[in-house]
Amino acid sequence: MPGVINVKNLVKQYKKSDRKAVNDISFNVEEGELFTLLGPNGAGKTTTISILTTTLAKTSGEIIIHGYNIDIDPKSVRQQIGIIFQQPSLDLNLTAEENVRFHTILYGLYPFRPSYSMMPTSYKNKINELAEILEIKDEMFKPIKTFSGGMKRKLEIIRGLMHEPRVLFLDEPTTGLDPASRKTLWTYMQQIRKEKKITIFLTTHYLDEAEEADRVCILHHGKIITIGTPRKIKQDLIENYLLVDTEDKNKLFAELHNHNLRFEDGELVKVFIHDLSVQEIIQSIQTPLTTLETHIPTIEEAYLSIVAEEDKHETGN
Amino acid sequence: MKREISAILIIALRDFLKFLRDRSRIAATFIFPILFIGALGGSLQSNWGDELGFNITTFIFTGVLGQTLFQSAAAGVISLIEDRQNDFSREMFVSPISRYSIIIGKIFGESIVALIQGVGIIVFGFIIRIPLSFHDIIWLLPFSLVVCFMGGAFGVLVLSNLSSERAANQIFPFLIFPQFFLAGVFNPIRELPTILDVLSRISPMRYAVDLIRGIYYAGRPEYGATVLNSVGYNLAVCGLIFGICVIVGTYLFINNERNQ
Repeated sequence: MPGVINVKNLVKQYKKSDRKAVNDISFNVEEGELFTLLGPNGAGKTTTISILTTTLAKTSGEIIIHGYNIDIDPKSVRQQIGIIFQQPSLDLNLTAEENVRFHTILYGLYPFRPSYSMMPTSYKNKINELAEILEIKDEMFKPIKTFSGGMKRKLEIIRGLMHEPRVLFLDEPTTGLDPASRKTLWTYMQQIRKEKKITIFLTTHYLDEAEEADRVCILHHGKIITIGTPRKIKQDLIENYLLVDTEDKNKLFAELHNHNLRFEDGELVKVFIHDLSVQEIIQSIQTPLTTLETHIPTIEEAYLSIVAEEDKHETGN
Repeated sequence: MKREISAILIIALRDFLKFLRDRSRIAATFIFPILFIGALGGSLQSNWGDELGFNITTFIFTGVLGQTLFQSAAAGVISLIEDRQNDFSREMFVSPISRYSIIIGKIFGESIVALIQGVGIIVFGFIIRIPLSFHDIIWLLPFSLVVCFMGGAFGVLVLSNLSSERAANQIFPFLIFPQFFLAGVFNPIRELPTILDVLSRISPMRYAVDLIRGIYYAGRPEYGATVLNSVGYNLAVCGLIFGICVIVGTYLFINNERNQ
């Protein structure tokens, strides 16, 4: 089986629920890919990521991560992955350095030493490096209670990368951050992705973040609605169209009919592009136009229309 | 193996550091033992004197020492629930170490915290002139650690059956306070009605308290009037309780955690 993450027929039903939180999903993630799980709250994103990271048992299905089956060899899976949780998982009573030391010893990178001064030089160098990345110095040795949200997130990511995981899971990492910190964090993640060539598995409900992904998987009510590159999703799910207007609508409609072009009347007339090029359509219209706009959908529109469509479907049932 | 030991030690160190940085917790941990020994012990001793054939303040001192070590370690381990709610436990549970190492690390850390409190109680004992020799203290320390480990293991079993910090705060007192009396922390339990005797024998704290008294009163004339079972017997029971609580507790805890 190819790919770094292979998920086959994954199902999760919580004990106290009569609905499946994740309902028979399958997908593969390729090595080095930035893969995004997109969906509204309650879609099953956190459930999926919790199962993939071995903290939650699944109901059924098969999951292989980096060649290890999570049922048979969860320990090896854990060694291969890094995780940034939705809820911060730093210990606020400890200093930044202690939080990092705790992690490195748990992952077997260094043997236990009761204090920073007794740690090996290679560890100390790493801490200095980190302080530079975080643009802090003395604060490295102070309890992190005083850190800003963005700084804590960055520290968590750095901590999560200490053991050089092959796959980094990020569960809505930018939730609760202000736009400036979101941007800095995002740039930082792109940078480490390039440097370390690791696979990133991200969940988000921010659509602009999904646009950056190699592939997006849209999850809704525990089911995969679509999966593909952001471009393909936009193409498949939302039609590109031209918005035109004219003083003689009847003439325009007749003309569109003649050329077999699908359209929709409204305040402006929507002419669907399909497989044609904009050029071809414009050339075939002789009626003088007063307005001409091309409409290229964003993934946000694609997403909203999918979710609305699905909801309509369910209420219909 | 080396790696698991490192992991156990760092998990323990975290609890120790947290305790040192929490001044209000440090203060709070000494209030009850001092109140029990000073106020309760002192008043009973003044009123009943030596009628029982032993000094009541000393009897309560040894009882409270055992009880505090046991209870503090148990309560400390239950703080894993707090971690879970802060999502810190996930950082431990996604790391590639044995689940048993996590639990053992937690028990070890909280045992050290409890032992610090035990040392505080011994210092207080000195101040109020409980007869304590250097020899007593040297002997008490390792056995105190045994009591802490058993308390921590008891905490794991309680923890594995609780779902939230609120549940822990509501249920834990019900599991601990009856044991104060069933274990004979303040009251002699040599003679008990059958039902209380059965309840007393299934209270883990009984063996903690009796083990500490067995060590303290060894070679003293009051031994026969104050100690219920031999040190060997108490050690065996403590070991058994430790083993069962750790294995069953860890199994249940991990299962409940993953099988939601």
